[in-house]
Amino acid sequence: MKIPISYNWRNLWTRRLTTVLTVVGISLVVFVFAAVLMLSQGVTETMVATGSEDNVIIIRKGSNSELASSIMRDQIDLISTFPELARNKDNQPYGTGDVVTMINLSKKGSKDMGNIIIRGISSSAFELRPQVSLVNGRWFKPGQMEVVVGNRIAEGFENIELNGQIEIGSKKWTVVGIMDAGKTGFASEIWTDAELILNEFNRQNAFSSFTFRLANMKDFEIIKTKIENEKRLQELEVKQEQKFYLEQSEMMAGFIKGLGLVITIIFSFGAMIGAMITMYAAVANRTVEIGTLRALGFPRRSILTAFLIEAMALSLIGAAAGLALASLLGFVSFSTTNFGTFSELAFGFSLSPEIIGYTFLFAIVMGIFGGFLPAVRASKMNIVNSLRAGG
Amino acid sequence: MSTLVQVNQVSKIYYRGTIEIPVLQNLSLDVPEGEFMALMGPSGSGKTTLLNLISGIDRPTSGSIVIAGTDIAKLNETQLAKWRSQNIGFIFQFYNLIPVLTAYENVELPLELTNLSKKEKKQRVEGVLNIVGLSDRMDHYPKQLSGGQQQRVAIARAVVTDPTLIIGDEPTGDLDRKSAEEILNLMDRLNREFKKTIVMVTHDPHAAEKAHVTRHLEKGELMVNGDGK
Ligand SMILES: Nc1ncnc2c1ncn2[C@@H]1O[C@H](COP(=O)(O)OP(=O)(O)OP(=O)(O)O)[C@@H](O)[C@H]1O
Ligand SMILES: [Mg+2]
Repeated sequence: MKIPISYNWRNLWTRRLTTVLTVVGISLVVFVFAAVLMLSQGVTETMVATGSEDNVIIIRKGSNSELASSIMRDQIDLISTFPELARNKDNQPYGTGDVVTMINLSKKGSKDMGNIIIRGISSSAFELRPQVSLVNGRWFKPGQMEVVVGNRIAEGFENIELNGQIEIGSKKWTVVGIMDAGKTGFASEIWTDAELILNEFNRQNAFSSFTFRLANMKDFEIIKTKIENEKRLQELEVKQEQKFYLEQSEMMAGFIKGLGLVITIIFSFGAMIGAMITMYAAVANRTVEIGTLRALGFPRRSILTAFLIEAMALSLIGAAAGLALASLLGFVSFSTTNFGTFSELAFGFSLSPEIIGYTFLFAIVMGIFGGFLPAVRASKMNIVNSLRAGG
Repeated sequence: MSTLVQVNQVSKIYYRGTIEIPVLQNLSLDVPEGEFMALMGPSGSGKTTLLNLISGIDRPTSGSIVIAGTDIAKLNETQLAKWRSQNIGFIFQFYNLIPVLTAYENVELPLELTNLSKKEKKQRVEGVLNIVGLSDRMDHYPKQLSGGQQQRVAIARAVVTDPTLIIGDEPTGDLDRKSAEEILNLMDRLNREFKKTIVMVTHDPHAAEKAHVTRHLEKGELMVNGDGK
């Protein structure tokens, strides 16, 4: 019942100029579509990588970022006594009370300023965040006006280099090290001693968050209930660290996805109309051929299928080309404002099997919409009239 | 010889908007099995229309057309398409080969509608291409062939399914004398050697001479003087 597939390929090849133009149109839309998903995925991955699966973070209830949160030193001390926390051989819990605040610095090569997160950390921060490592210089010494900066901001801001001086609060601090934090949000932060930041910003004993590790992650629910039921810890919220960062990424990832998809859908109409015009032209050019196929006994269905396959082939080739182009974005990373905190966050495009799947699905839908009406027209043609069209 | 095609009291009216264009009026025609019939007549007399009705690509306004016992006016569209693929071999004036398919693939095309195995298809296609003398041109595309060669491919395509009836609408109308002669000889051979029934429309008296019988159509009516030889 079917017209051989080579018939479709050779027809596409015969009119290769229009084929290429149509494919280019489709691939550009596919490129934008995939890029948007990859960007949103990149944000999510960055945030998820920032948190560790076996860390627990405590913030103030209702504050969706550490910037807006506070937890007092005596609350941290109290939680530190809970037996569920993992401890080192000196019986000290693995935990860090962090003070998180924001400063404004000038970007390289422009007059723009950017907000950067300063994180004051306590002793166990490095054990809790193994994804962070020093690549240059040394770690800051506690009590000294020294900072270590993330590699991602070292690239984009003035004076953020080894031995550079930056202004935090009212004083000048020296950059003594550069840390590599992979694809995490920490790569866009400046780290120093928590006590100095508490002091500099007059926060008395108000930290922003307390992050710790449990001896056994199975105890998560136990410690959660314990903290929620303890009068002195009432206003605090207990979260798995990774989940906490994932939630933070949702707003921004959602924004990128939403805006991007609206734009691609508008573009996709252009591509679909392009495909439709191409297919209508193909049907008109092949009127006699269609009449002949029908006379030979091919049913309407075969004609419909043949033209749909052709439209689908156009969109699938377009999808492959668009995806190939989009995958090059994997090498691009950029920095933008994290809408959750309004601080700078560096992240990249990330391609996943799901994105490839969605992209092909999107292209198939474009192919069906672009190719359906022309294919229906082809299949509805009257045999005698289409044969007469040639004479 | 038994009657293969029975056209009974057939009328065909085309409509252009509300205007009626009567093309055939109460036309009756019998074609015996094994016949090679030529249909002649002035332009616009309804020759193509009659062929379209007999080959089942168009339907009569009234009357019946019975071919090998099947009243084709009673078949629905799907049945009719299937019936055509099994019973009719078409030869068109402008060959109507598929330009993107090779000679071999063009001939193989009607076999896609059958359940034949790959091997059987190959045997048949090579067989008919051999009969039309184009075994060495199998891989050529239509535009690489002369008009006469293209029409021979079209004839191969028309007979590859071993149809009941071969229909030709001015099969030599677009060809030079020599090529036309080759095509007519080929059709004559199909009729004599392979016992194919052929109905052919032509404007060329020389072509009509090859047929056993010539019928004349004028203004939608058949002339009575069937000059059988
Ligand atoms: N699909 C159609 N719609 C309307 N009118 C038609 C249609 N097909 C044929 N006609 C008309 O019917 C008449 C007969 O046409 P037909 O094609 O059968 O003539 P013909 O004898 O084959 O002529 P020719 O020798 O020029 O091929 C013509 O007047 C033609 O205009
Ligand atoms: Mg005609």
